Amino acid sequence: MFEGKGIRMGTKGRFGPYGGQYIPETLMNAVNELEAAYEHYKNDPEFVKELNDLYRDYAGRPSLLTYAKKMTEDLGGAKIYLKREDLNHTGAHKINNCLGQCLLAKKMGKKRIIAETGAGQHGVATATIAALLGMECEIFMGEIDTERQALNVYRMELLGAKVNAVKTGTRTLKDAVNAALREWTARIEDTHYCIGSVMGPHPFPIIVRDFQKIIGEEIKEQVLKAEGRLPDTVLACVGGGSNAMGTFYDFIPDTEVRLIGCEAAGEGADTPRTAATVATGKPGIFHGMKSLFCQDEYGQIAPVYSISAGLDYPGIGPEHAELFRTGRAEYVSITDDEAVDAFEYLSRTEGIIPAIESSHAIAYAMKLAPQMSKDQIMVVTVSGRGDKDVAAIARYRGKDIHD
Amino acid sequence: MIDIKEAFKTRKAFIPFITGGDPDLDTTKKVLLALQDAGADLVEIGIPFSDPMAEGPVIQDADERALANGCTTDLLMDAIAEIAPSMHIPMVFMTYMNPIYTYGKEKFMQRCKEIGISGVIVPDVPFEERAELSEACDKYGIAQIAMVAPTSEERIQTIAKTSEGFLYCVSSLGVTGVRNEITSDVGSMVGKAHEASDIPCCIGFGISNPEQAAKMAAVSDGVISGSAIVRIVGEHGKDCVEPVREFVKSMADAVHTA
Repeated sequence: MFEGKGIRMGTKGRFGPYGGQYIPETLMNAVNELEAAYEHYKNDPEFVKELNDLYRDYAGRPSLLTYAKKMTEDLGGAKIYLKREDLNHTGAHKINNCLGQCLLAKKMGKKRIIAETGAGQHGVATATIAALLGMECEIFMGEIDTERQALNVYRMELLGAKVNAVKTGTRTLKDAVNAALREWTARIEDTHYCIGSVMGPHPFPIIVRDFQKIIGEEIKEQVLKAEGRLPDTVLACVGGGSNAMGTFYDFIPDTEVRLIGCEAAGEGADTPRTAATVATGKPGIFHGMKSLFCQDEYGQIAPVYSISAGLDYPGIGPEHAELFRTGRAEYVSITDDEAVDAFEYLSRTEGIIPAIESSHAIAYAMKLAPQMSKDQIMVVTVSGRGDKDVAAIARYRGKDIHD
Repeated sequence: MIDIKEAFKTRKAFIPFITGGDPDLDTTKKVLLALQDAGADLVEIGIPFSDPMAEGPVIQDADERALANGCTTDLLMDAIAEIAPSMHIPMVFMTYMNPIYTYGKEKFMQRCKEIGISGVIVPDVPFEERAELSEACDKYGIAQIAMVAPTSEERIQTIAKTSEGFLYCVSSLGVTGVRNEITSDVGSMVGKAHEASDIPCCIGFGISNPEQAAKMAAVSDGVISGSAIVRIVGEHGKDCVEPVREFVKSMADAVHTA
């Protein structure tokens, strides 16, 4: 294969057949620069210490592993533990990645952070860290999502970020990614694009995974301490897949641990109103990566739907596509109805209001736990807290509450 | 299938871009013939995509109009096949990787050859992923036209050496769209490319009037204009053929006399 000076064709950032760097030439030097910086700083003791200090003193890590006693007794099967990413500062796992990426960007001399957001959690986390590190911040959010998650829009503005409502296409998460990518091609020199999930061109899927894998590492340590052994099953919800990748990664070599990703089926994976990528998608190349995407026979990206703005994405990170291809992880679909039931169930049963995204994982736990025996252990990652969803769930139940 | 070299044989090339199927395929056929009449040396036809990452609002809207009107890759290819016998200038496709990937890379390039498409420009396939298309392109003799950007710097020469047909030099940062002024030093981009290869270098992105076109032609082998034309199609709909012809003639004349 041809090798030019300094650049080469090939197999960068591949997970089996998936991954890669399918982006405009304008961005190539930026992702190469990011890759080089990450390779340097991830081994730099000062950077690692700074990040770990922020994880502990600012984000509140390690997050708790809570034994869900009432839920376990009620479902009558596996012993259920909840990984409490909802207790992190800003209320979701997103801050793990934002701290890592923004700190890296700052070391690279970038002055400005841009990001896409669906539910607004990644936008809020990015705006938060930008405020903390004294960086300029601009967020791209689908217009429909700005309506679904109006409170988060104000929250981001409060944190000093500019929020752009994206009015193109389906006006949801995928269009926010398009807008952020377009903005990055227009202004690269001083700007870092802080991608919120394990997606996009190499090196993003690896960087985001590495900054999220602390979730699984902590689970392993905590569950070993509590039970003296590894869990039998680990569950997390999947949109792009960052909390799931972070939850799964440390367990991949432990083949006796079942890894289950819970996708958003919307009104049903057999209806067009769905966002279940593994269930309904096909291999494709989009948003910088080869992976699985919801699309039509001509490769037009499908307008997806889920009650959860954070899972409302027509693709999945390339490493998940590979975990699915090899059978190492399983992926299941959860409907809006099931997720809303789980949202209410966990609130009533454990006094924990989960994000509607995380409720997809809770919903599958409710199905699976009774089929498991009492001496088995299940860990469910509660990726975020549900305060942001309360008004929308009330509306879903026919009650008119305004944010 | 006409060799892309023909476009650069006697003069600097003017290369108009239109989105296929905008507002409908009948108009696309008429516009393609009008572009040729008006002095275009090569035409670039966009296959509409739901999420055109490298496009500004004008071409995004055109893609949306074409898709809303039912344009598909197959229907567009059929329409091109109908007028191909009357086209004496090379035609190339501009689209994104997913429509090609999903269609089937081999089948796509085979159809291109059958309907007289000489090359493809795929903005989300950079040098690093070039191999994704090489095999299918080589098999059917379809030129894989590469792009360089103002950020490419030391990458320019490697990319120039591998590009086929011509080298697409992106004038500015950002997405496609009309710009009042082009501030990047595109001349030096072309110069660097020419040090490595004698491939024709054409400048695109933001070129929207004859003055700019003449200026860009003076430092390159050809000029590409898209959004300015697509905007006229958007304004006039089915009645766009004459206004497009008039505008393209003014652009082509400016390039040819530069």
